[in-house]
Amino acid sequence: MIRDITIGQYYPAKSVLHRLDPRVKLVATVLYLISLFLFKNISGYIVVTIFLVTVIRLSKVPFKYIMRGMKPILMILMITLLFNLFLTRDGDIIFRIWKLSITEGGLRNAVFMAMRLLYLIAGSSLMTFTTTPNELTDGIESLLKPLNKVHVPVHEIAMMMSIALRFIPILLEETDKIMKAQIARGADLESGNMLEKAKAMVPILVPLFVSAFRRANDLAMAMEARCYRGGEGRTKMNPLKYHSRDYAAYLFMIAYIIVVVCVGRFVPIHIWVF
Amino acid sequence: MSIKIEHLNYVYSQGTAYEKQALKDICLEIPHGEFVGIIGHTGSGKSTLIQHLNGLIRATSGALYYNGENIYEENYNLRALRSQVGLVFQYPEHQLFEIDVLTDVCFGPKNQGLPKEECEKRALEALKLVGLKEKYYKSSPFELSGGQKRRVAIAGVLAMRPKVLVLDEPTAGLDPKGRDDILDQIAYLHRESDLTVVLVSHSMEDIAKYADRLIVMNHGEVQYNDSPKNVFAHYRELEKMGLAAPQVTYIMHELKEKGLSVDADATTVKEAADSIMNALAGASSAKGGAGND
Repeated sequence: MIRDITIGQYYPAKSVLHRLDPRVKLVATVLYLISLFLFKNISGYIVVTIFLVTVIRLSKVPFKYIMRGMKPILMILMITLLFNLFLTRDGDIIFRIWKLSITEGGLRNAVFMAMRLLYLIAGSSLMTFTTTPNELTDGIESLLKPLNKVHVPVHEIAMMMSIALRFIPILLEETDKIMKAQIARGADLESGNMLEKAKAMVPILVPLFVSAFRRANDLAMAMEARCYRGGEGRTKMNPLKYHSRDYAAYLFMIAYIIVVVCVGRFVPIHIWVF
Repeated sequence: MSIKIEHLNYVYSQGTAYEKQALKDICLEIPHGEFVGIIGHTGSGKSTLIQHLNGLIRATSGALYYNGENIYEENYNLRALRSQVGLVFQYPEHQLFEIDVLTDVCFGPKNQGLPKEECEKRALEALKLVGLKEKYYKSSPFELSGGQKRRVAIAGVLAMRPKVLVLDEPTAGLDPKGRDDILDQIAYLHRESDLTVVLVSHSMEDIAKYADRLIVMNHGEVQYNDSPKNVFAHYRELEKMGLAAPQVTYIMHELKEKGLSVDADATTVKEAADSIMNALAGASSAKGGAGND
């Protein structure tokens, strides 16, 4: 049950995307997210779709897996779709029931907005599928390093992130274990009304908090025992290094942005209202 | 009153990249009143197997019969099964949560729907069984020492009065005295109240001392299922699996190689000592006889 959440999880595979430097992937993801807002017509969507499909193919992450990660945002997607569809007043009315009417602009906004959202999630989850949490924090730390100059504790933030990420599976496992232990003692977690269900959570939450604090304490002790004193002068075992494929990826992203902007602006394809 | 497992398979995270077959075609029978030991290296499927015994994990395929009834049948009352088959997890002290020891031990019986007085009666009885001093009954479970917490947690399961007690490494992380106390107490319960016990352990000495039968798990399969004596005779194969026989087995085998006629199958220290004494007595009387001639 808890294991089924795929968004933000690493998918182990051997692909070009997995091997890329995390910094490249972070920058590329940001560029990709910006690129989604650089055009307003169908030709731009065609370019982005081709790009996304190519990248997903390259990543070797099964399409089914990415779709499964979309489930949690289905609700948001539906709400956006409906609001845009019925509340935009722009252009001719194409459809009308009672007081609700759908305009050309409404239909266009709704469809484009929904696609944008889907593409946003697909693109960013692709990054987390191909990058381990540790690589990710390494990448973030190295990208944000310039902020050190203005006294932002970049290393500490990155360390907190990686610890937090590291603890997610541990705490999930712990929850699973405690739940099983209490079920073995006859705890009933499913039946009853809201209040009873909330009360039934106490035997799980108390031990979980206790163990979270105990683990945090142990970890702090272990870090101090190994002379951890923050980021000052700290070196890495596997420092990030750019390879030729990383430069190629940067060039590829620049080319992609240029194509999106040019196609979006100068290749006006119009099909019906879109 | 028996547990019977037939062709049981279990696959973790089926259909994902992390798919892993944890149990392969397990066939076992645990008759009423037996003391069964389970050993196996880390990741051999011991813990997964014992979680099947009270229906916490549902097998991917196969069947598990408790008293002749298949627990995977629809409408089978799993909650009733869980009060019959008590399961003590590894580091059970991590599941304590109540404000005081007594209330925590009452949690199980309360879930069985017993009246408050009966719950307390059973809790007190269970606490006495595990040998916790009375002065601790009203203190917070978080203030106790590791060994005391472990006792409280085991009492929490015993208070449900299970017919079968399954323990996953109940002595991990305890000092020798605490370890012996807890195991002796369990052995006592097994003898006195006819409790069926399934004990998962890493300590070959403990298993040899207490278990009637020993099951060895290796890569999700049952490798050996025999009396401890017969299993430890395979000590070379056990070593290949990352396990070992009790230390006395090694000593006895070496003594035999050196020419002392001892019983190499001895598995407990007491058996070994007796066997060595007999062999020495035999050797000296033989020598004495030769001197008289």
